[in-house]
Amino acid sequence: MNFEYAPSIESIDIVKIDPKNKLFIDGKFVEPTSKKFFATINPATGEPLAQIADANAKDVDLAVKAARKAFPKWAKLSGKERGRYLFRIARIIQERARELAVLETLDNGKPIKESRDVDVPLVAAHFFYYAGWADKLEYAIPGKDTKPLGVVGQIIPWNFPLLMAAWKIAPALACGNTVVIKPAETTSLSILLLAQIFQEAGLPEGVVNIVTGAGETGAAIVNHPDINKIAFTGSTEVARIIQKAVAHTDKKLTLELGGKSANIVYEDAAIEQAVEGVINGIYFNQGHVCCAGSRLLLEESIAEMFVDKLKNRMEKLRVGNPLDKNTDIGAINSAAEHAKIMKLVESGISEGGEYFEPSFAIPSKGYFHKPCFFNKVSSAFSLSRVEVFGPVLAISTFRTTAEAIMKANDTQYGLAAGVWSEKGSKVHKTAAALKAGIIWANTYNKFDPSSPFGGFNESGFGREGGRHGLFPYLSIK
Amino acid sequence: MRTISVQKEDGNQIAIHAFPIDEVGANERADFFTKRSVKKDSKINALYLALSMCDLTTLEGADTPGRVKQMCAKARYPVPPEMIEPFLKKKKWGPIPSVAAVCVYPSMVPVAVEALKGSGIGVASVSTAFPSGQAPLQVKIDDTRFAVENGASEIDMVINRGAFLSGDYQTVYDEIVAIKKACGETHLKVILETGELGSYDRVRLASEIAMEAGGDFIKTSTGKVTPAATLPVTLVMLQAIADFHKRTGKKIGMKPAGGIRTAKQAIQYLCMVQETLGPDWMNPHMFRFGASALVNDLLKQIFKEATGHYYYDKVFSID
Repeated sequence: MNFEYAPSIESIDIVKIDPKNKLFIDGKFVEPTSKKFFATINPATGEPLAQIADANAKDVDLAVKAARKAFPKWAKLSGKERGRYLFRIARIIQERARELAVLETLDNGKPIKESRDVDVPLVAAHFFYYAGWADKLEYAIPGKDTKPLGVVGQIIPWNFPLLMAAWKIAPALACGNTVVIKPAETTSLSILLLAQIFQEAGLPEGVVNIVTGAGETGAAIVNHPDINKIAFTGSTEVARIIQKAVAHTDKKLTLELGGKSANIVYEDAAIEQAVEGVINGIYFNQGHVCCAGSRLLLEESIAEMFVDKLKNRMEKLRVGNPLDKNTDIGAINSAAEHAKIMKLVESGISEGGEYFEPSFAIPSKGYFHKPCFFNKVSSAFSLSRVEVFGPVLAISTFRTTAEAIMKANDTQYGLAAGVWSEKGSKVHKTAAALKAGIIWANTYNKFDPSSPFGGFNESGFGREGGRHGLFPYLSIK
Repeated sequence: MRTISVQKEDGNQIAIHAFPIDEVGANERADFFTKRSVKKDSKINALYLALSMCDLTTLEGADTPGRVKQMCAKARYPVPPEMIEPFLKKKKWGPIPSVAAVCVYPSMVPVAVEALKGSGIGVASVSTAFPSGQAPLQVKIDDTRFAVENGASEIDMVINRGAFLSGDYQTVYDEIVAIKKACGETHLKVILETGELGSYDRVRLASEIAMEAGGDFIKTSTGKVTPAATLPVTLVMLQAIADFHKRTGKKIGMKPAGGIRTAKQAIQYLCMVQETLGPDWMNPHMFRFGASALVNDLLKQIFKEATGHYYYDKVFSID
């Protein structure tokens, strides 16, 4: 009698997907003036899910005008009143959690287990958290006078479509700004459902405007003269273009970008839990995590044993239908990302790292990639330097604490790091020496709205979450 | 990492590693198995398997031959076949399995052996001055011998927690070796009484000592101490078993005992065993549940799957 899991598929009946999705401007769903639409794909099947409006510069302008019109009233509203709207939004998110989770999984490809247990609860938590700040802004920076900035333009990525929307929208609204936001072109559906929630919550018209589209839509936001601040989460390449574009303006800017974060495992770590942490660090959300622990630094004395355990653990990962409640790793979000990952894996093989992938089969339809790693990778290899943004881990070794710190910091990025040791003094010494915005000790990928998130160097600047997350949305005098 | 050293009977020293366990991480990993969704065929399969892994237990001062005989009847046929067979036939499912073993005090071993003759069901006897283990070694050995000589097929001993907590690991090791010797061919389960050890680090160390000393199974609890078995404690022990197997090639069995009352919980344990140790452990020779209340909930769930209805508690005999 073999013990196996029968398919346990989450029903999709709860979501109603509009075949043609419009823009959300001034509190209403409107046709794009461009008249153009593009398809969004279910990455687990490769089949189109729906059509999405392609906003052009004129659509963006309409959105900015709506936001500008809504701004004075929204900014003048008491913090308590603004907080009330945010609390209401948070509660509706909780009520409609299953619907949001299923839609997120369909459009993004992440396992339902994650959209249900991680993404959506964190989305609600962010709105709850910043709802709490709305009437306490005068205490956020004691002795200073704070004012909202005006209209903020926000551009978010496809890896956590809803969560990134929450990270951007909740603090902006709490501080009294109005918003024009663009989701990634491959994952527009969940934020459009969020727009329905804004309507249900009675959020005043024009306070949040959603323009869907790709790079050109983003450029129209960045270059719009009546936007006071740009907040961008995405790739470092695009961030360079944005930074140049706003260089000669008075627009404020925050960037939350990529990473090549190191997970350092010392020989005195709790090994079983460290293995689990490394797995979670790199394979969570198919590795599409800006702070993914994509470099594993192992103390030489435990390297062989640790890699062995990692292999065993990886054989137990379940890759497949994201809607199956037992799926651990879902689909890569798009054909383009899938191709990029495969190319980087190929270059890793040609560079000479020891490649490992588990022996199980993965679905041939849709965009799936096996979780994998390269062992004995040198710091000079592209895999140690280039962000893969996929389920690919680069493993190398170190001999001393000093070497571990040196190697972890040997990167143009500086977003996150993990330290694994049961010796407290060593954890503190290492953490203090790491140049990264987020450092986890004996855990990884833990997120909380009260904890600021952001990077150093090419990982960007500005912080999201916590009290720090308010500053980029306030003019402070 | 801390390493302790114990002396074997032949005078050689062996090193036993105290692998550190991060409590938060272990709890988190154990919680992961509560999220697995076991439905349809895999659920039926799991319910049957769990039932076949149960050790039906009575360990009371008030135990009598009459009570033990009653329990043995339930061990053979957890539910009267005529009550369920028409439904099972319709579904083309096999008969309800009998449990793996009954677990009794040494004095009740002859009664259980007699009652279970020809059934293939094991008779496990607790020994070594169960549950406290606070008796001289000779008494513990005699206790064990009595059970073995009267036909027990399995011995569930307790470790010397007093010695363990005072750091006298040698005594803990020696006692297990001595009881193993008294067991001869009889299977030895070593109860760590994890609820008295105080940390996962110590659960892991006690597991290592028990396996090195010759235990065939490691078992969480006597059922007389709270907390008894939990998912994370069992996980820590399963990982010790996996490492021991990797190191020595020997497969050690696992028995969580106490506190597992529902089919839902049992299935979570099965998922954890499957994903930590793999299919070789998914049978009653390598994994047991020490849980009597569990049997009726498993039956209730099997009835539900077979008939489409939940039957009320009175349908299932108490023992």
